[in-house]
Amino acid sequence: MTYLNQVFAMAGKDLRSELRTKEALNASLSFAVVILLLFSFVVDPDSEMLEQMSGGLLWMVFAFSGTLILNRGFARELPNDCLDALIASPIPGSALFLGKAMANFVLIAIIEAICFPVFGILYNLTWTTQLPVLMGVSALATWAMATLGTMFGALTVNMQLRELMLPMLIYPMLIPALMAAMQLTTLLIAGQPIDAEHIIWLRVLVAFDIIFTALAAVLVETVLVG
Amino acid sequence: MTALQAQGVWKYYGDFAALQQVGFAFAAGSCVALLGRNGAGKTTLLRILAGLSQASEGGVEILGGNPRQAAVRSRIGIIGHGIGVYDELSAEENLLTFARLYGVSDAAQAVDHWLERTDLARVRRGMAREFSRGMRQRLAIARAFIHRPRFLILDEPFTSLDDRAIALLQGLLRDALADGATVVLSTHQLKEALELASHVLLLNRGKLAFTGERTAEMLANPGWVYQHYGEAA
Repeated sequence: MTYLNQVFAMAGKDLRSELRTKEALNASLSFAVVILLLFSFVVDPDSEMLEQMSGGLLWMVFAFSGTLILNRGFARELPNDCLDALIASPIPGSALFLGKAMANFVLIAIIEAICFPVFGILYNLTWTTQLPVLMGVSALATWAMATLGTMFGALTVNMQLRELMLPMLIYPMLIPALMAAMQLTTLLIAGQPIDAEHIIWLRVLVAFDIIFTALAAVLVETVLVG
Repeated sequence: MTALQAQGVWKYYGDFAALQQVGFAFAAGSCVALLGRNGAGKTTLLRILAGLSQASEGGVEILGGNPRQAAVRSRIGIIGHGIGVYDELSAEENLLTFARLYGVSDAAQAVDHWLERTDLARVRRGMAREFSRGMRQRLAIARAFIHRPRFLILDEPFTSLDDRAIALLQGLLRDALADGATVVLSTHQLKEALELASHVLLLNRGKLAFTGERTAEMLANPGWVYQHYGEAA
């Protein structure tokens, strides 16, 4: 019970801080909408190509804008040496990680929830045909971004060039999850269910989430304290 | 009962040895004034005691365990160089967050108590960033004490405190000591520290130069330890 309390205290603290300042949220949302808008000038809304690249476009937008949120995860702890106060507290490393990953997940999910309708309007696409499954796939892929981003956020928090280092570290690692999300999102936006041919991508996403959540939960304390 | 024990502690930053073969032991209820010039290794030692850093060689035990153990950390209170509170949260939210992280059983009641005790109850919903320096420092003190720690680590706690915050902190430390807690504080303000201290530990360039009980001579002449055991001695 105490463990869950600590996880939720951590997540609640991060969400409250971010929703109050909206520093990362505003930057991330503006960035995502601008990319969607710029690409809408490039791609013909009626073309077949648009449907084929919809998943790729969306997840590139989420990956780029998401790092702005992920960068703030641990950087938020730097003023007033709050990171020291956290590490000195009895919260286990895994609870600290899970709390922060949950907060990052919610914040990226907010960006996605706004971007999907914007994408539908700008690109004249009906994207809601497979909405429940699309939400499930998005949740899995967003958790992949949140876990990896939170873990590497802990690693880069004391680096001067952390805004640059974090994307450089997480994008290569995220490739399997991003590829799976892109394939499945393209399929679902086209209104098709996940068939036997594509179920492998769902398994990739689930496996990615399980492996990296477990790895990060075990390693984060070593990363933070050494 | 030994509350604090260090054995052969070395800490390297690259090739530089910030601590060299430091060892000591203090009983529960002691108040240790950790003294030393700038760069002597006080903060490095306190960070190792607080579990924020690992010793390169040797080890420390606090309250019978490793400071990285959650059970030990839950009994340690820390005031470091930074105040360790969140600017974008209110005083109440800050304390509630730390009370929950420390597993305080009745967190809301503990928050109320410490807001009253630090005279911040009337601004409990004010954001920490809007507070004066003195108010922020009192909030940091409340944060460090909210879980009733049995071991306190204070790194230059009196630096830049206003007189009200100094009086508050001294009162709280006296109460904690009377209750059997152990305190380690590093400071350059010798008079304040020696008034509280039962023991003195002096570091010179990472080496232990002196450890022992605080004497009447030290109290009468706060520079006595430096004069007899400092670098120039």
